[in-house]
Amino acid sequence: MSNSDQDALANPNEVVTQARVRYLDMPLGAGTMALITLDNGKDHTRPSTFGPQGLASINAALDEIDGTPGVAAIAVTGKPFIFAVGADLSALEMVNDPTIIAAFGKLGHNVMRRFGEMKIPTFAFVNGAAMGGGLELALHCDYRSVSADAAALSLPEVFLGIIPGWGGAWLLPNLIGPQNALEVIISNSMSQNRQMKPQDALRLGVMDVVFAPADFLEQSILWAAQVVRGDITVPRPDIDRTTWDAIVEGYRAQVDARVHNATRAPYVALDLVAAAKTNSRSEGFDAEDAALTELVMSDPVRASLYSFDLVQRRAKKPTGVPDKSLARPVNKVGIVGAGLMASQLALLFARQLMVPVVMTDLDQTRVDKGVAYVHGEIDKLAAKGRVSSDKANRLKALVTGSTSKDGFADADFVIEAVFEQMDVKKKVFAEVEAVVTPECVLATNTSSLSVSDMARGLKHPERVVGFHFFNPVAIMPLLEIARAEKTDDSSLATAFAVGKGLKKSCVLVADAPAFVVNRLLNRFLGEIIACVDEGASFADADSAVHKLGLPMEPFVLVQMVGPAVAQHVAETLNGHYPDRFHVSAKMGELVSQGIGGVWQWDDNGNKTLDPRVAAIFGDAPSTMTPDEILQRALVAVEEEARLMLAEGVVSEPQDLDLCMILGAGWPFWLGGITPYLDREGISQTPFLPRGVASVPA
Amino acid sequence: MADRENVVFVDGARTPFARAKSLYAETRADDLVVKVIRELLRRNPNLPPEKIDDVAIAAATQTGDQGMNIGRSVALLSGLPSSVPGYSIDRWCAGAMTAVTTLSSAIMAGAYDLAIAGGVEHMTHHPMGEGIDPNPRYLSERLVDPEAMLMGKTAENLHDRFPHLSKERCDYFALASQEKTAKAYANGLIQPDLVPVAARSSEAGVTLVTEDESPRPGTSLEGLATLKTPFRPHGRVTAGNASGLSDGATAAILANEKVADQLGLTKKMRMVSFAFAGVEPEVMGVGPVPSTEKALAKAGLSIKDIDLFEINEAFAIQVLALLDHFGIADDDPRVNPMGGAIAVGHPLASSGIRLMANLARDFVTNPNAKYGITTMCIGLGMGGTIIWENLQGSAN
Repeated sequence: MSNSDQDALANPNEVVTQARVRYLDMPLGAGTMALITLDNGKDHTRPSTFGPQGLASINAALDEIDGTPGVAAIAVTGKPFIFAVGADLSALEMVNDPTIIAAFGKLGHNVMRRFGEMKIPTFAFVNGAAMGGGLELALHCDYRSVSADAAALSLPEVFLGIIPGWGGAWLLPNLIGPQNALEVIISNSMSQNRQMKPQDALRLGVMDVVFAPADFLEQSILWAAQVVRGDITVPRPDIDRTTWDAIVEGYRAQVDARVHNATRAPYVALDLVAAAKTNSRSEGFDAEDAALTELVMSDPVRASLYSFDLVQRRAKKPTGVPDKSLARPVNKVGIVGAGLMASQLALLFARQLMVPVVMTDLDQTRVDKGVAYVHGEIDKLAAKGRVSSDKANRLKALVTGSTSKDGFADADFVIEAVFEQMDVKKKVFAEVEAVVTPECVLATNTSSLSVSDMARGLKHPERVVGFHFFNPVAIMPLLEIARAEKTDDSSLATAFAVGKGLKKSCVLVADAPAFVVNRLLNRFLGEIIACVDEGASFADADSAVHKLGLPMEPFVLVQMVGPAVAQHVAETLNGHYPDRFHVSAKMGELVSQGIGGVWQWDDNGNKTLDPRVAAIFGDAPSTMTPDEILQRALVAVEEEARLMLAEGVVSEPQDLDLCMILGAGWPFWLGGITPYLDREGISQTPFLPRGVASVPA
Repeated sequence: MADRENVVFVDGARTPFARAKSLYAETRADDLVVKVIRELLRRNPNLPPEKIDDVAIAAATQTGDQGMNIGRSVALLSGLPSSVPGYSIDRWCAGAMTAVTTLSSAIMAGAYDLAIAGGVEHMTHHPMGEGIDPNPRYLSERLVDPEAMLMGKTAENLHDRFPHLSKERCDYFALASQEKTAKAYANGLIQPDLVPVAARSSEAGVTLVTEDESPRPGTSLEGLATLKTPFRPHGRVTAGNASGLSDGATAAILANEKVADQLGLTKKMRMVSFAFAGVEPEVMGVGPVPSTEKALAKAGLSIKDIDLFEINEAFAIQVLALLDHFGIADDDPRVNPMGGAIAVGHPLASSGIRLMANLARDFVTNPNAKYGITTMCIGLGMGGTIIWENLQGSAN
């Protein structure tokens, strides 16, 4: 690359990963090994990444080795617990010149490919986490060992909206075949960035051998010596190139069913893997450079990187939260209710906080059922080996039930999960307050009622907070914590400490109806249902969202939530904002007939409209195109988002986006939602400045 | 000796010894032991790990990476089943030797069948005297000369006691130690019992340590003569005729002989007798004299029956004091045939097993040898001696 490119790439903030070379005598008289250690000088909490200077350091190390006579093998390893985790993406954030992106891609290729084109054998000793460009560096080497405790092994690029761009998309399929390569590049990446365990990597052929961590490097060097001497031959699979295309097309069909072209990355990755069948190494790498440049220069990819930053950073440091030193200890938890939601909460609190959890309900049968459910779930965890039998005993002993609230007397945190009706919740809180200490936090899992109203009339309203989980609570990472009118800092800090203890990503929201996720999602759904009421077909309504690549079509979502619940929430929101939140009378009819959803699925998974639904809604041809439906829904969402920021439901658009990503599962490439609204020109004024979640001007 | 089970030395190995503040500066002491134990398990595949009755690991300073009951800790870190127990041992320089004798006692009594002994000293992480708090009575009651706490000064004291053991004789012995070590390396006698260690330096990267770092093959008498005497002005003890500060670890497998036969384990040496003995702390270097006398008496042997000696070379003067006592020449070829601590270093509590691994190797090189001694001096005035019988010789 030219000096000007180098200058343009230069990032004064790069934490430079140095490639340090040492020469050692391999055992068994196998000769001299040049061992490169990649180390950015920080501990494992700041893994080694590659920026332009780091790549230059590797290049210089290889130059030095090349000039050293008598070297029989080259190996590369990392600092403790970390091999390397790929490109330093922060370097790209402010870049808007495609030639610089291309130059960065090419620089990485030119440096890393040297490991695959040496005259002597090259080895990667993957001692710890190897992600993205880190794993690609290992793939360039001739042979790979991995430590049995390597915590993260993956090519997460497609998850981030890009493609393995430093050789992975060409090297991996040519090493292990397209089937296994696409499992790593597509399937893992699109399954919430699933990581390979070392044994998975061995099974797939990504790694050649696994050694115990206690003497991983010593055994790796011995193994390398045996490979160099020819004592060990590392087997490589014969790759069947006749089935290559069919395998790629099979994956393409799966990807289509999932994202309907809403994101480019998996398709571009599939194209690269398809072309890797016949591409030469150089052709393959050039194709990666071109693809990476095209993607990184696109707004959806910038939105993905923005999303990744939100869930990595903002989710861990919620904004506007009182200092954690104000939090009171929570050593016992009460749960009002013993239904399914309450039981899930009991399990979560017991597992994560390891404190006694008391569930109460109106009659013994319900209490027994709730406790039995929790104990049964713990037994299942034990049967799967997720918890030891001692731990299972401990957890089960923590969860008890009662028809009396007396057990709450020494609780520090009581959460209600009873029927979503104000007078019921107020009555419950009054009963709880009669038993608990004045400091005990009272939390409500309401999804749409006013927390401040619920607190009104209590002797200590300052300890009431909204604590809104998403279903299923064990899996969904988001927790909306609402500050009510009188909530004091100490109670709020306690709520955030509990949320963190539950390993949830907590976002501070104002006590506004339905908080963030349900409000935006129901405005969106309400508008789509309104379209159906006005004559759009259910099929068009469902396919309208394909362009976004949402995890679920709207009427499939309604079916999963249950039309009765969905209708109840719609009515509640309509009560607050009658002009904006649509309530469908026809959906009401559907609910009153006890119909569980609009769709029926046959044994082949084909969905057809339930004839009873057709009878309610009519079966006339659609009066709106999917695009028209989507446009209306997005305009509505844009209005709602704008109003929520104006009302101060959250302080910044970033929190809206974080909530939609974590609470609704809206995809990275939308950036949650506001970056998408901005880039599609739906925003009346942009939510975010150009460059935050888009290509800078 | 009375009726007892026989103890055999199955195998012993060690890390290469590094100079303090050098190759292992960023490597943990417990990790050094772990690497040796794992290698011993690999090269003795007939040893069922779950049948190991105990693991005893010695360290002179039992804190930090040598603390937390390092015996139990390295058993867990080595991947031994959690059912295998472990404990820690301390007798300063004779730590590993005491780990061997203590475990052997249990085997002799029939309490144990199989055991792992070991020792470690990371003198970079734990400089000599770290955290010590001598009782003021030592001074007020003149129980021990203050100089007894500094090993170099006790070596000077030994010169005072034995004026005929001159500095020149010590330097000559030291030179021979370097030459014998260099020759043993050249003949590939030392390497087989070394366990390579991948050692990291955050500045320089990772390397593989495959040989002792301390030996100075180019040493000359003239060079030795010019070295400073740091423990006494115009003294006799120098860095050249003493062992250097080192980091390293050792370990060995011990077995009841019958059990070793049942399992098909190698039997390198059989323990004949052992003894420890005390002397005045200010001349601790003479400790091996009474301990060796005692061990010989217990074995019913005379010094003339001993064919090989592995004597820890904490200081040349202390070796010469022992040889002089028994009328053995300074350059007797039976003594430290592969050199000693003056060349390779002396990571305090680890060295005892280095002597045994060396003796086991000496027995192969000298198949006609029947008995050998491992002995060493110990700070605060002690000596330790174990007498071993060759099981790899021509008689077997």
